[in-house]
Amino acid sequence: MTTTTANGKGLKKFFRSISIPPVYYFLIAIFFGGGLLDLFYAGGQIFGNPAIMLNILVRSVALGIVAVGQTMVIVGGSIDLSVVYVISLTSVMSSYVMQGEASNVPKAILLVFLMGAGVGLVNGLIITKLKVNSFITTLGTSLIISGIINSTFSNWEGSVPRSFEFFGYATVGPIPFSVIILFLMIFAGWFVLSRTKFGAHLYGVGGNEEVARLSGLRTDRVLIIAHVICSLTAVLTGLFIVSRLRAGAPWVGPDGYYDLESIATTVVGGTLLAGGKGGVWGTLAGVLIFSILDTTFNQLGVNPYLSIVFRGLIIVLAVASYTIRSKKEAA
Amino acid sequence: MSEEEKQKMMNERKPLMEVRNITKRFPGVVALDDVLVKFYPGEVHAVVGENGAGKSTLMKIMAGAYIPDKGRMLLEDEEVSFSHPVQAQEKGISIIYQEFNLLPERSVAQNIFLGREPTFLGMIDNRKIRQMARKVLADIGVEGTIPTSKLVGNLSVAEQQQVEIAKAISLDAKILIMDEPTAALTINEVKMLDELIKRLKERGIAIIFISHRLGEVFQISDTITVLKDGKLVGTVKTNEVTSEDVVSMMVGRILDHYFPPLGVPEDFGEVILSVRNASNDFLKNINFDLKKGEVLGIAGLQGSGRTEMAQAVFGVVPFKTGSVTLDGKNQTIKSPSKAIKKQMGFVTEDRRSEGLCPQQPIRDNILLTVRSIQTMLTPISKNGIRRSPDLVPRLGEEVDIRTDSYDREVQFLSGGNQQKVILSKWLASEADVFIFDEPTRGIDVQAKASIHDMIRDLTKQGRAVLMISSELPEIIGMSDRILVMRDGKITGELPPESSELDIMLLATGHNGDNGSNDSKGKGEK
Repeated sequence: MTTTTANGKGLKKFFRSISIPPVYYFLIAIFFGGGLLDLFYAGGQIFGNPAIMLNILVRSVALGIVAVGQTMVIVGGSIDLSVVYVISLTSVMSSYVMQGEASNVPKAILLVFLMGAGVGLVNGLIITKLKVNSFITTLGTSLIISGIINSTFSNWEGSVPRSFEFFGYATVGPIPFSVIILFLMIFAGWFVLSRTKFGAHLYGVGGNEEVARLSGLRTDRVLIIAHVICSLTAVLTGLFIVSRLRAGAPWVGPDGYYDLESIATTVVGGTLLAGGKGGVWGTLAGVLIFSILDTTFNQLGVNPYLSIVFRGLIIVLAVASYTIRSKKEAA
Repeated sequence: MSEEEKQKMMNERKPLMEVRNITKRFPGVVALDDVLVKFYPGEVHAVVGENGAGKSTLMKIMAGAYIPDKGRMLLEDEEVSFSHPVQAQEKGISIIYQEFNLLPERSVAQNIFLGREPTFLGMIDNRKIRQMARKVLADIGVEGTIPTSKLVGNLSVAEQQQVEIAKAISLDAKILIMDEPTAALTINEVKMLDELIKRLKERGIAIIFISHRLGEVFQISDTITVLKDGKLVGTVKTNEVTSEDVVSMMVGRILDHYFPPLGVPEDFGEVILSVRNASNDFLKNINFDLKKGEVLGIAGLQGSGRTEMAQAVFGVVPFKTGSVTLDGKNQTIKSPSKAIKKQMGFVTEDRRSEGLCPQQPIRDNILLTVRSIQTMLTPISKNGIRRSPDLVPRLGEEVDIRTDSYDREVQFLSGGNQQKVILSKWLASEADVFIFDEPTRGIDVQAKASIHDMIRDLTKQGRAVLMISSELPEIIGMSDRILVMRDGKITGELPPESSELDIMLLATGHNGDNGSNDSKGKGEK
C-alpha cells in the first residue's frame, strides 16, 4: 500500500477501498443489544468480563475456519454440504491414528489433509465433469462418508497426545492460539479471493459461468480448486475440534451443524447464495453474530432454543435487508 | 490524389474478412443459404433484414458461436474456422450481444481484463489493472466518464456497452460485431455511440452491426447488406441508396401457404374492446377499437412496444392512464386474473416459459385457466369442471390436438400441437377477446396453416382477435385492419391487404418526413 499519508483523506479513501460489508451493522447492533440485556439482567458481568469476551472468539473458531472454505465455494456459485462429515472423518481418523502418541501426529495430519483434498477433488469433479448439481453432489458424498465412518467407528476412537492439545488450548500471551489461526485463515481467505487470479476467476465463474467461459477462463478447474480448498478448511476445523475434545467421534460434525451453519453465516455475511458476490470478512461477522448470541443467552441462563429462534430471525432479516438494498441500488 | 484515384484505391483495397457460400440449417429451416459478404477495414457495415432473415445467425457464425454447415471464412486471406467463441476472439473478432456479457458485481477494470489480470509476485496488481483499464477507455475516448473501480451493475446501459467495447479493443479486435447496439439507448446515447464508432473506424477496425432502425443505419453505416429468408439480397453503398430502396429489398418474402379469406366488414359486430389515450412507461397515447369478428393485426419492429401493448391490455404491466372499455363497460384491468375473468385470453410469444407448464399433462394445461379463476376450495375433476365435465376431450377434438392420450406431458408435443393446447386453455375459460403474440413462431408450415384457420374460426364465432406478428405476410394475410407501432406509439392504421412496403415504412419511421403526418393521412381513410 502506498497510502502512507496520515491525513484523514487517505484514511477515508482506505475505508472506501475496503468497503465494509453491511453485516457489520448487524454485528454492532447484536453486540449492543446483548450488552443492554447484560446490563439489565446481569449487571454488566458478561460483557465486562474479558474472559467471556475471548470465549466468544474461541467459540467462533470451529465454525469460522470451515465457513472460510464455504464462502469460497459459494462465491463460485457452488455449495458444500459434505464439510460436516469431513470434519467427523478428520476427528476420528486423526485420533485413531495418533493413539495418544506424539510421534504419530505428523502421520495423522498428513493423512487427514490428503483425505480432505480427495473429498474436495471428488466433489469438484462430479460437479464440473458430470454436471451434477452441487447440492446433490455434496449431499451424496456427505452420506457416503457418514455411512463409512459410522459403520467403522462406533464410539470415541483413540485419543490425541497432550502435545497436540495446544491447538485447542494454548495461548500466545492472553490470546488463544486457535483465535490466531482463525484470523490467519480469514486473512488468507481474503487474500486469495481479492488478490489472486484464482479469486478473481472464482468471482467470474460464480457471477456468470458463460461470461467466464467466453473470457477464456478454465471454469471447471477454478471450481474444483475451490472445492478442494473448502474440504481442507473442514479438515482444519476437524483438527481443532479433536484437539479440544481430546478424542474423535463420528458425530462431532453433525452435532455442530457445520454444513448448514457455515452456509447460514456465509449468507448472513452478505455473500450471494447464487455466487459472484461476497467475501470472508462478511462471513466472519456472521460467525461472530452467532457466537455473541449463544454466549449472551447461555450466560443469562435463557432457554437455549430461544437462541436458535433468534438465529433463524437473523438469517431471514439479514438476507431480506440485502435484497431490499440491492433493489434500491438498481432503481 | 484525384477523385478517380481515390475511387480506384477504394475498389482495390483488400477485404479484412470474407464469408463465402455460408449455409446453415436448423431443424425445419434454412437459416442461411449460400451467403457471400466482404467486410473491409475501417468500414461500418450494417446488416439488415426482417426477423428470421438470418442476420443473427450470420453474426454468430462469424463470432464462432455457431458452426456453419457449408462455406468458408477468410480472415486477411487466410482460411479460418472456429469451434468456440474464444477462438474467434483470439483471431480478433469480438461480438457484443444485446444481453451484455459482463459481471454486474465486479468492477469495470475487473470486467475488461477478466482472465487476463496483470500480476505482480503472484498477486493481482490492482493499480496496474486500473491503469490499463483507464488506457483502454481513453483509447475509445470515454476515459473521463467511467470510473474504473465502479461496479458494472451500477453503470447505465450505454456505459456498460462502452465497457464491452473497451473489452473488445483490449483484446485487439479487428472486427467488432454488434447486435442491435442502439436498441436500448436514448437519442443522446446513440449520438455518443456514433462518435465512438467513428473513432474505431479511424483505427481501421471493421464494424458490423445488426439494426432494425433504418434511420441509424443510414446515419452510421458506409455499407448495407440486406438478407431475406436466409439469402443475400445484396450489398450496397449507403450513400448510393435511399431508405425506400433498402426497405423494398427487405420485403417481399415468399408465401409458404395460403391464408383463410379475410372477414367481411358487414359481419363485424359492435366494438368489444376499446382503448383510449392509454399510456404507461413504455406506451404513449394508445388508441384503438376492436370489433367482434375482427382480426386486428399489430405490426412493428422488435422493441416497438407491440408485446408491451398486449401485456398492458391483459393487465400484466397495466396502463397507468387512459381508459379501457370492454363490452361497453369501463374497466381497469390491473392483473391477468382480472383479464381472464373479463373473458380475455393471451396466447404469449414464449410458449415454453409463459404459455405452458411443460412437465404437466395436456389435460392440466388445458384446465389451468379455468381452475385459476375458481375458488381455492372448488373440487378438481379430471376432465373438466363441474359445469362441463368433459371439457378436455371436447376442446381437444375441437382444435384437433394430435395425441394418443391427454395424459401426455406437453413438452413432448410438437410446436403446433402445443399452440393448440394453449388455445384450448383459453377456449376453456370462454374468452371473447383473444390476444395472440407471434402465434406461429417456430411452427412448421402445416401447423401454421391450421393455426391461421383456427384464428379465423374464432372470429367467425363472433370472438375478437388482436394479433401481433413480426411476419409481414402473416400480418397481411390475416388482418382485417393493421396497426403499425414504433417507439411505444401507434404510428398508423392501414387497410387490409396493404403492402409490406407501406407497413415497413411506417414501422421504421421512413414514410417521407420521418413520422406522423403521412401515417395519419393513411390511418384516417
